[in-house]
Amino acid sequence: MSSVLYDAPGPRAKRRNILFSAVFLVALAALLWWVFNALQDKGQLEWAQWKPFFGGTEAWSTYIWPGLRNTLKAAALAMVIALPLGAVFGIARLSDHAWVRVPAAIVVEFFRAIPVLVLMVFGQALFAEYTDISSDDRPLYAVVTGLVLYNAAVIAEIVRAGILSLPKGQSEAAMAIGLRKGQVMRTILLPQAVTAMLPVIVSQMVVIVKDTALGGGVLTFPDLIAAVSPMSSYYGANVIASFTIVALIFIAINFALTTFASWLERRLRRGRRSSGPVLDPKGASVGGTMGTGAGGGAGDLGGMN
Amino acid sequence: MRRSSGRHTPGPRHAEAREIVFDFLEGYDLLGAFWVTVQLTLLSAVGSLVWGTMLAAMRVSPVPLMRGFGTAYVNIVRNIPLTVIILFTSLGLSQTLGVTMGAADNFDTQNFRLAVLGLILYTSAFVCEALRSGINTVPVGQAEAARAIGLSFTQVLTLVVLPQAIRSVVGPMANVLIALTKNTTVAAAIGVTEAALLMKKMIENEAQLILISAVFAFGYVCLTLPTGLIMGWVGKKVAVKR
Repeated sequence: MSSVLYDAPGPRAKRRNILFSAVFLVALAALLWWVFNALQDKGQLEWAQWKPFFGGTEAWSTYIWPGLRNTLKAAALAMVIALPLGAVFGIARLSDHAWVRVPAAIVVEFFRAIPVLVLMVFGQALFAEYTDISSDDRPLYAVVTGLVLYNAAVIAEIVRAGILSLPKGQSEAAMAIGLRKGQVMRTILLPQAVTAMLPVIVSQMVVIVKDTALGGGVLTFPDLIAAVSPMSSYYGANVIASFTIVALIFIAINFALTTFASWLERRLRRGRRSSGPVLDPKGASVGGTMGTGAGGGAGDLGGMN
Repeated sequence: MRRSSGRHTPGPRHAEAREIVFDFLEGYDLLGAFWVTVQLTLLSAVGSLVWGTMLAAMRVSPVPLMRGFGTAYVNIVRNIPLTVIILFTSLGLSQTLGVTMGAADNFDTQNFRLAVLGLILYTSAFVCEALRSGINTVPVGQAEAARAIGLSFTQVLTLVVLPQAIRSVVGPMANVLIALTKNTTVAAAIGVTEAALLMKKMIENEAQLILISAVFAFGYVCLTLPTGLIMGWVGKKVAVKR
């Protein structure tokens, strides 16, 4: 294959590449062997450690499924609440009135600059102090609050980028035929912007799913991560096996979301009827997908945050 | 933490008011906690720059096996929550497999190093993607023209491709750095005494919820906003106009 860095390989390059492959293969095998030995030494590869996940459904129904359900519930709630909120702030940032535009910009930049965990901890204490939400529900509220505040700010930026990506002629033509500002936004710009930003919003879901893990790791939200400790102590300290299964579940969910996002992007690009571009889910203009929850600022890297 | 011997002293009533308002800071090492956050950020930044560059080199190399490894690493690590990775370094690596990071007797140091390790493993996947996207912005024609006038591989790389790629990488890298700064809060999950953990502790013990949160929010804004502004300015200055 040819790229910007090198041409299609000739006979010498082919021979060299085979040599590199061999050296790399040896190094990789040595690494794997070392990991295998370390696991074997501590008895983490015995069938008893892995049996709960592959030899029965008890571990799934007692620990994994309830945790996973909470994780997905928090992520879905956060997305559903953050979307309209983000849309409002994104549109407010494009307002002609400075008294709408400037406060919206300050709010968005503020919440993008603060770690999600800090927002969650704040939410937790806020609900404990000023509301009578039971202490069982409080972690869910706190996690969703933190996720909503942060992701609404990110979605506001996505919406703004989506609307700004439309050709100027669209709104000019709409105004020329006599539509009012609200009508231009509602009937001309938003419908086109929504299709343009759909892929980015789907890949923002990856960030949200990953960030729910903070609730289990630091707060007392009973999600998939929180299930790891009780599960591994119940099944005889199978820490490695438990973490592997949990990680695989996250990889499966997020990989499905990422694949869906790029499928959506390809489809929208191909069959587009509007004139604007489609935002690239890995594009560098919007962002913040690095997040661990601690998502990045602008410039999404497919979900680091 | 109360520093009443200021450079110019306001009136006594002013000082008294300040004493009451900032009373809750007494007994907490606020600056120390943010210093840990900065240390976590800088050490992880250096580490993930090194490992991320190696991953990027693998992902753009002509050797299929290396490309496959780089792609697999990035796709796996990117899709696992950082919380899982950091918890794994503590519960899995340290407590189960006995990795001590050269600090077997000191738990605080050990957890700090484990957190840095976790942050490096996670962030390097994003560094790799930022670098790779930078290389991909260089038009193939640039390299083809360079090869056509007879430059060698090293010359093409150092004179034509990298100078352009590095310039377009500044913006994405700034985002990675900002995200990393915010991601250091996850180290609280394994008990590293950085700012978010201190905030949690203070909120549990003190009454001034809004004030404490505002102080910490301000601290994080101070860490992330300048990075974004400076790197954004640099990025714009060095951008390649195409």
